[in-house]
Parts: sequence; structure tokens; C-alpha cells
Amino acid sequence: MTQVVDGYRGARRRPRPDARTVIGVVGEVLITLGVIVFLFLAYELWFTGLYTARAQSDLKSQLRSEWALPAPSTPSATELPGEQPTAPGSPAASPPALIDQPVPGDAIGLIRIPRLGANYAYAIVEGVSTDDLKKGPGHYPGTAMPGGVGNFVLSGHRTTYLAPFNGLGELQKGDAIVIETRDTWYTYRVTGDQTVLPTAVGVVLPVPNKPHAKPSQALITLTTCTPKYSASHRLIIYGSLESALPKSAGLPPALKGV
Amino acid sequence: MYAALWRAIPGGLWGKLASVALLLVSALALLFFVVFPVVEPHLPWNDVTVNTPPVGSLPSILESQTPTPAASSAPTPTALPSN
Repeated sequence: MTQVVDGYRGARRRPRPDARTVIGVVGEVLITLGVIVFLFLAYELWFTGLYTARAQSDLKSQLRSEWALPAPSTPSATELPGEQPTAPGSPAASPPALIDQPVPGDAIGLIRIPRLGANYAYAIVEGVSTDDLKKGPGHYPGTAMPGGVGNFVLSGHRTTYLAPFNGLGELQKGDAIVIETRDTWYTYRVTGDQTVLPTAVGVVLPVPNKPHAKPSQALITLTTCTPKYSASHRLIIYGSLESALPKSAGLPPALKGV
Repeated sequence: MYAALWRAIPGGLWGKLASVALLLVSALALLFFVVFPVVEPHLPWNDVTVNTPPVGSLPSILESQTPTPAASSAPTPTALPSN
């Protein structure tokens, strides 16, 4: 028995680290991991916002320069895309459709919600991929465009990446959601809210949750995660179009006196 | 661990402090610009969409019932000069 111990000591040459050293190192590693978790929290809650803030200022200047150019020959993209019955792949269908269907990642307009503050204005990005949503609220490709008959569907982050949709829970029936496009203020009014499972894709339908209904109204749907800091459910805000006013006529009533 | 690291860093007190500051900044940069962005997508709290569709397409339930316009099914946008 003693021989084994002696042999062990001999082989080590250095003094065997005692239990206190081992515990100390383990403790230091655990404290370090704890600090890293807190750093990650700071990263998620604030650092991601820096990225979004920069992307938003890029998107807004993109919009400003686009809107400063003379209007394209086709009228604004307010109609439901694809109303004209054209054969798939027909080249004639492409040019107008390209205006109706914006390039993913591009800004398509601004969203303002007076209830969430006079300065609440986010550029809406086309697309709802992870990368799109890092830049700001995203428009589901293929759903209606602002003011269009059908459902104009937006998703946005609730707690990270500047948290554009953080305040959706505070919206009440009748609150205005104003979408600013090149020429028009579209004012939607909140008609209701719902908490659904993440799989409830019916909320993005042209008539939400009615798969076979023919859309006759211009609706808006906002989705974000709920409860905050969780992804177990989705908070859905529904609204319908109240007015579409030309920007040449000044601010819409919903934004006046905000 | 940290005591050993402190002993291993060469230089006098100020040299050691400077090295430690440099190490800390590098560690933070590594975390914020490499590790966290990689870890983040695997955590659940950033999912805000319903059944996120692949970019440029609709959820299948939508496609099945809406007559898809020719343009949205064409693989156009990436071919366009952007901006």
C-alpha cells in the first residue's frame, strides 16, 4: 500500500495538488461561466439593439432616397399582387409584379404606433427570416402590401434587437397603426388581439383564421412572441384599414397632436 | 487558475495590468462578435413568427388556398440589381 503511494508521488515529481486547489479552480470556472451568462444577457438585451439601430438608419435613408426619386410609372403598390390572371412564368407578368413584390431585405415603408410614443417609427423590412428581423419588423412575403385587400402581416422582435414590438401588449382596441409608404398614409385601427401557439399559421391568411374566405377588407396583422422573453406563444394584433390618405395632404388625423 | 495566470504574465505590476486589460478586451470581443452570435439562433426567445416560412415563400396553408400569382413563384428577386 505504502509502496503504491510512494511510487505515485515519485512519478508525479511535483507536489500533488490538494483538494483546496482543485475546488478553487472549479469555483473560478463556475464564476467565469456565470459572468459569461450575464454578458450574454447584456448582449441579447442591448448589444443586439445597436445592430438594429444601424440597420434601421440604413433602411430609413434607403426609403428617403427612394421616395425622393420621381414616382415609378405604375401607380403605388396598393393592389393585391397577382390580380391579373396570367399564366405562370409568363414574361408579361414580371415587370409589374416586381414592383408589387419588393426585394427581400429592402425597406417597404415605415410603421408608426402613436400609443407607443410620438417617436415610434420603424422601417419595415421585406421578409421574416432571422436576418431580416434583425433589421426591424418584417413583412411576410406574399401577404398583402400596405392598404391592399387581404392581410398585411408583420412580425417583430419583442425583447431583443431594439424590441420594435415590445409594446404590442399595451395596444387597445381602436389604437392607430399608421403605415407610411411612398405616397400614402395608411391608417389601420386595432380590432383585437389573440394569443396563439407558434404553429397557428392561420393568422397570416388573407382573412385571418378563415382558410377559404375571400378577402374583401384590407387588414393588418402584427405578430410577436409572448410572454416576453419566451417563445412559447405568439401575440397577434389584428386591425383593419380605416383610411388611406395621400401624403401631399399632410399628416393623417391619427398622427396629429401626438 | 487566475492566480497562476497572473504569475505567468511577465512584467511588473503595470505591465501585468496592461496585459490583463488586453486579455479581457480580447475575451469580450471573442464573446460578443463570435461566440454569442453563433449561440443566439439556437435559443428560443427570438422566434416571433408563426411557423417561419422559407424566405420568399408562403406557409403551405396559404399557398394551397390562394391562387399564387405568377410572379411570386418565379425565382426573380435575387436576379435583380438590388437597391
